[in-house]
Order: sequence, then C-alpha cells, then structure tokens
Amino acid sequence: MISASLLTEFQNLLGKDNVLVSESDRHAYSYDAAVLDAVVPELVLRPTNSEQLGKTVALCNENKLPMTVRGAGTNLSGGTIPTKEHGVVILTNGLNKILEINEQDLYAVVQPGVVTAKFAAEVARRGLFYPPDPGSQAVSTLGGNVSENAGGLRGLKYGVTKDYVMGVNFWNAEGEYVKSGGKTVKCVTGLNIAQLMVGSEGTLGVFDEIILKLVPPPVASKAMLAEFDDINKASETVAAIIANKIVPCTLELLDNATINYVEDFTKAGLPCDAAAILLIEVDGGHIALVEDDAEKVVEICKKHGARRVQMAKDAAEKNKLWEARRNALPALARARPTTVLEDATVPRSQIPAMIKAINDIAAKYKLQIGTFGHAGDGNLHPTILTDKRDKEEFHRVEQAVDEIFDVALSLGGTLSGEHGIGTAKSKWLEKETSKATIIYSRRLKKAVDPNYLLNPGKIIGG
Amino acid sequence: MHEDLHQLAKMLHELDDQMVACMKCGMCQAVCPVFSETMKEGDVARGKIALLENLSHEMIADAEGVQDKLNKCLLCGSCAANCPSGVKVLDIFFKARVIVNTYMGLSATKKAIFQGLLTKPALFNSVLDVASKFQGVFTKTANEVIGSSCSRINAPVIGERHFMPLAKKPLRKLEPALNTRPGKGGYRVAFFPGCVIDKIYPQVGQAVLKVLRHHELGIYMPAGQACCGIPALASGDKESFDKLVKCNLEIFEKENFDYLLTACATCTATIHELWPMMSGDKTESMQERIAALAAKTMDVNQFMVDVLKVAAPVQGHGTKVTYHDPCHLKKSMKVFEQPRALLKSNPKVEFVEMSEADRCCGCGGSFNLQHYGLSKDIGKIKRDNIVASGAQVVATGCPACMMQISDMLSQHGDKIAVKHVMEIYAETL
Repeated sequence: MISASLLTEFQNLLGKDNVLVSESDRHAYSYDAAVLDAVVPELVLRPTNSEQLGKTVALCNENKLPMTVRGAGTNLSGGTIPTKEHGVVILTNGLNKILEINEQDLYAVVQPGVVTAKFAAEVARRGLFYPPDPGSQAVSTLGGNVSENAGGLRGLKYGVTKDYVMGVNFWNAEGEYVKSGGKTVKCVTGLNIAQLMVGSEGTLGVFDEIILKLVPPPVASKAMLAEFDDINKASETVAAIIANKIVPCTLELLDNATINYVEDFTKAGLPCDAAAILLIEVDGGHIALVEDDAEKVVEICKKHGARRVQMAKDAAEKNKLWEARRNALPALARARPTTVLEDATVPRSQIPAMIKAINDIAAKYKLQIGTFGHAGDGNLHPTILTDKRDKEEFHRVEQAVDEIFDVALSLGGTLSGEHGIGTAKSKWLEKETSKATIIYSRRLKKAVDPNYLLNPGKIIGG
Repeated sequence: MHEDLHQLAKMLHELDDQMVACMKCGMCQAVCPVFSETMKEGDVARGKIALLENLSHEMIADAEGVQDKLNKCLLCGSCAANCPSGVKVLDIFFKARVIVNTYMGLSATKKAIFQGLLTKPALFNSVLDVASKFQGVFTKTANEVIGSSCSRINAPVIGERHFMPLAKKPLRKLEPALNTRPGKGGYRVAFFPGCVIDKIYPQVGQAVLKVLRHHELGIYMPAGQACCGIPALASGDKESFDKLVKCNLEIFEKENFDYLLTACATCTATIHELWPMMSGDKTESMQERIAALAAKTMDVNQFMVDVLKVAAPVQGHGTKVTYHDPCHLKKSMKVFEQPRALLKSNPKVEFVEMSEADRCCGCGGSFNLQHYGLSKDIGKIKRDNIVASGAQVVATGCPACMMQISDMLSQHGDKIAVKHVMEIYAETL
C-alpha cells in the first residue's frame, strides 16, 4: 500500500491534479489495446517536466513501487498495462515538447510524450521526413514507438523506429540520468545503449529525451493495385519485385477474406473473387525514375500471374486505392465484437506457407480469420474475429494464436514484426531465441534495475 | 447500497453488446476535445466505456466517480465518427447516463428545471417572457457587433460569460402559428424552431420563414411546441424527455406534411436520431409513430440543397464569411456540404474555410454549465481558428454553437458577427 505521506510527497512534487487517486481514474489505466487481464495501478502519476520525471522514478524506486510507463496506451502486446499489485503508472503525455528540429543536421530532439503524427506533420512542414508510420500514429507517442520499436506501412523501404533512433537519454531505475547516442550521424562512443533501449518496452529505463534521425522526403510516388487468382502468385510477385532491385515504400497484401470484409464495409468496388490483392507504392527523388520503377512493377505483376493491375492516375485515385488498406482493420473489427490483431512475421518467401497455415488453423478451430499486412517485409496481421464473452470460443482463439506463432517460428519467422512482446508473447521468447538469451536478458535487467521495478513481467517475465 | 449497486450493474450489463465492440485502440484520443485539454484516460470514450464495463461487472464500486466521468463529455460524437470499430458511443453514453443518473438521483436544480418547467411549455414560455423584461436590470451590452451581454453584478450562474440576451419578443409572438397550403414550391413542411431560436434568436426563425415563403412552400408551425428534450436526456432524466417527445408528437401529428424542418442542428439530431434510439421501452405503435416523425425530420440547409436544389454557387465578393460545423450536423447527420453551398450562393459573400472547421466549439449544452473552464478552453481554440481565417462573419447551423462562439469572440473583444446560415441565405432573396 502507498502510504499517506508518500502520496503527499507525490502530490507536492507533481501537483494534486497530476496524481490520480480515485478508483474511477485509476481503472482507466488498467488496459491497453491488447485484450489482456491487468492489475489496476494504485496511483497514476503525470510528471510534466524532466526533473519531475527523474524524481518520480527515484521516489518509486526508494519505495519499491513497480512502475509501468505509459504514453497513449495503444500497445498491442500488453506492454503498457500494470501486472503487479501496488504499482504505479507513470504517464508521459505531459512531457510532449518537440525540443529541437535541426534542419541542417537532420535530427530532432523530442520528449517521449510527443504524438507521432503531430511530430511527422511538424517535420514535414519544414520540408523533412520522419518515415515510421504505425497505424496508431494519430495518437501513439514517440516514447511508446521507441519502447516497442514500432513499425508501419513504410517498413519495407524505410525500416522501423530503430532505424531512426540516434540517441536516448533516460532515467534509470534509481533515478539517475543516463545518456546514450548523440546528434552526429557517426557516433560510436561507448556501449550502444541507445539501441538497447529501443524495443526494451520500459524494462530498462524511463525515456526523457529521444534524438531521432530525419531524412529528405520523396518527391514523387506512384501507387497501384494488382489482383491475383492465386495467393501464391501474389507472394511470388512480392519476392520478384525485390529480386528485380526495386524496393517499394509500401507493399501490402489483403487476402480474400479481408477483401470481402472491406468491400462489405466500403463498397469501394474491390474484386471480391480475387484470392489476394497487392497494394504497391513506389517513391523516390525523381519522377522519371519513379515512373520507370512503377512500369517495371506492373510488368513483374503481370509476368507473375496478376490478372489485372490498376495504376492510380492522380492523387485522388491513389487515395481511393489506399482506402482499401486503411479500411482493412475497421472492416474486420465491425464483423464481430472482439478483434484479436496478431503480428506474425515470416521471411517473404514463406508468406504463402504462412497464409495457408493461418487458413488451415482457422478451419481447424472454426474461427473467422482475415489476414492482411505488410507483405513486402513479411509482416502479416492475421486478425481473429471473435467475442471474448464466449469463453469456449475464446479458448479456441488462444489455441489458434499459439499455433500461428508456432508456425511462424517454424518457418524461420519471428514473434513480432512491430507490436512488441509485452506479456502477450513472452512465453514464446525462449522458443525463438534460446534459454541463454533469456538468462542473459534477465542478468542485464537485474544489473540495471536491481529491485525489478521497471515494467515487471514484460518480455522476459519475472 | 450493495443491492442497489447490483441492480445498477444489471441494468448497465444490458449495454454490454454495444460496449464489447470497443477494442480499446485509443483512436478516440485523437479527436476528443475534452481529452485534448485534460489528457486523462477517463475523459475519453475508451476510458468511459472501460469504466462502464467495470461497473457493469461490479469490478468497480465507485459509481459516483463513473457518473462524474460520464457527465464530463460534450456528446459531440467525434469519437463515434472516428471509431474504427464503429462503436455506437453516443447510444452507450445516453443510455448509460439515464441509468447512472437515475440511480444516483437528479439534483434539485435539474429536477426543478426539467420536471417543473421544461415539460410545461406554457409555464416555461411565461417565465422566460418575464425574465426577458427584467434582464436589462442585471446585464449590460458587452459587444455590439455580436450583440452579447454580460452581468452587471456578481452572478454565480452567469460568471464571466458573455451571453446572448433573451429576445424582446420571442418568435412565437413575432410569427404566430402558421398552417398554409403549398404554392409552386410543391412541398408542405412543418417547422420546429426549438427553444433557443424561439427565445434568443427569433431573427433566425424569421429568416427560415422568409425562405420557406419565398419558395412557396406550405408551412405548418403549430403553437404549443415543447423543447426537443435533449437537455433532459443529457442529464439522464428520461421521464421528462419522454413527456416532451409525446407532447411534440401529438402536436405535429395533427397535420400532414412532407418534412419536419429545423434550423437547430441539436434539435434535428435529437428528433432524427435520439427519439427513435430512446423509444425501445415504448409500445410498438408509439415506436412507429416516433420513427415516422423522425424519418421526416431534416436540417433546413439539407432540405434547401438536397430537396429544393436551390444553391447555385456564384463567385462571391464582399463580406468574408467562414463556417463552423456543428457536431450534430457534421458528425451525427453527415451534413456539411449543404450549408457551405448555401453560403457560396450569396454573391455578397466571399467564403473562407477556417482550419479545423469541424472541431467542437465546446458548448455541449449543460457541459457548459457544469464545466465552464473546460468549455472555455475548448472554445478558445475555435475562437482562434475563426480569427485566423480573417472572416468578418462566422456562420453556423446550430443556435447553441452560436451562443458559445459569441461568448468566446465577445470575451476577446473580436468584432466578428455570428450568424445562422439561413440568415445569410435569406439576404439573397
């Protein structure tokens, strides 16, 4: 239990309005976007400057309070929900300043609570580009993106969040300030702690400032939709495009089930009889090169069995094509009360095998599963449509998820392309890595967080 | 008390089918005006739904806390309009407010206003007629361009507000009941002015009638109309809401007409959407009667453009006019092109779009009374966007938004007039 005197100490430090104590206030921090059970935090603390953040962490450590750091709570693997009794949630949405955008040296310094889309828009206003674009970018925070190593639609060409993190300054578990990385393109000083922090899901420190790399934006792009009667041919096309030395910025696949759900929802005129569609966008620094790439992609699609390729003529047509992709999750989410969005990722060549396995699993467990995702980087989102109140069906969902991840691993894939491990997938971690990896990770955790207070229970359990 | 809570939980559990659709993605945070000010999870739709779920499963004993959170909402519908899962957030919130507020009890003031006054239209009108005569004793003009007033004395209800005074003569006295046959316009329409147009903006009602007469439509505007019921429903007073629905239904059923028009976005959305939504406990025939009137109800801007097809765009010069999208028109009724088309049909108007035109103005009916500080913070953003547009006039389609925007502009000393779209369209005739 948190004592009255400690509560007063937090209130004096942060102000009463930034210490949430009522049951109704705290309950609203016991979930994120993953469908998982959680513990209600005993306090929710909202620092609004760096000093307050450091002192908050130090006070929690002194009093042995488990800390779960939370931005917008859009996490899909349970990384932002408390798992221990008598813990606190530290909210970062009060630390939401863009501290610097350096247009000469192409970097930005941000606080962790900056909303991703706002940051991307501010950067774009200055003629620069921050490519990571997670689906939740309208609300997700940069701190959360770095913690989870978030991805997005542009991952194939532009990579994920880790490819843009130049430095992370953070408070360690004991409330000491740690600096890692820097503002230079080349910076190889010391251990590469900054990259260790990326994807650490709040288990190794509490972010205070993040230094992000910016790049020049593409000046031209072309988008198209290719229809296939055979999903294997769609997957072969994905591999063939890359083999032809063309790296689209986006290469998305929707399976037949997803196409039909989207068409039911949007009436956009999608080919409901197609086994799969690919949505492809190429971009670059010169219109002639982009057009050349786009034509080559059309040829490759046709050569590999596309029955039709529709090239967007202008921005309006391009937008219409992307509507299909944007509506994939909303369309699936409306079909049944509960939506379990998974994140199985395999090597590109294994996409047909993975999709076949998902469809077999759906049939075996009598479940509705729509699959879409970033085919270009092998990152698929099998989406299970269910009703969590139906205990028997939900048990089948859990079994199906287990099998999906088993298959992904057996095909040389990974547990997470962009959603993180959290509590949802920690049980498979050893299977993907090794026992030694878990032991090494736990030793590392113990060394930097001796009281095991930073987001306990996540990734490596404990 | 425990038994009571169990009963409350049981009632809330009936909303479970709607609540379970929320996948807790958090996208409502991007558009919620209240969350953008407070940044607290309990103030956004996802948080409120999680609290209601917990209350319905008796995992939370803090019913009062849930009530507070539930009432701290503008009911603007931005979350529902932006929800990937299509969660019917307003359905949930209105029904939950009725359940939770009935359980917690209505405050004495609300009881007096809704049950004692609002449900008795004749008495309500007389009280406000008297108030109109004496308001000058306590108030003074604040901004002549806007026509707003402020308090001369320290009055807690008014506070620092710059409010629109009650009209010297309400619409029902300026334009007594009408019941005319259609001319060349062909259609016969009923007109429901609503409380705010009747008592504060009769000139808006007059503009609507001028337009309807110009287009030679038959008009049915009966005497004895009651409030549409939204203030009572938003406070969870279903009993008063039902009385008001019944009163209006009986009056409008006396005659035949093609459309029931209103110039108040809130009244339109209430009659069109909320009347049928809240009629589940009525007899089948009553439900049918409500549904029939709801189906005929249409915003007057939409009627002019979609039915009469009157708005031919012209290259306007002169007064710069911008437009604020009332939530009840854009987010509930998907009406946003028609009012712009009407404004663009006035040759003396140069239409300019403001940024975030569909961002809520922060009024939210009784939200403005209970959370004025928040309402004002949200309204300040609207004011800044209006000023930045460079407009001399801000037009909108909801008298409640007009009041809130007037307050915000007036308090900043802005010389920007606030008008209803129909006033500007009427000038072209």
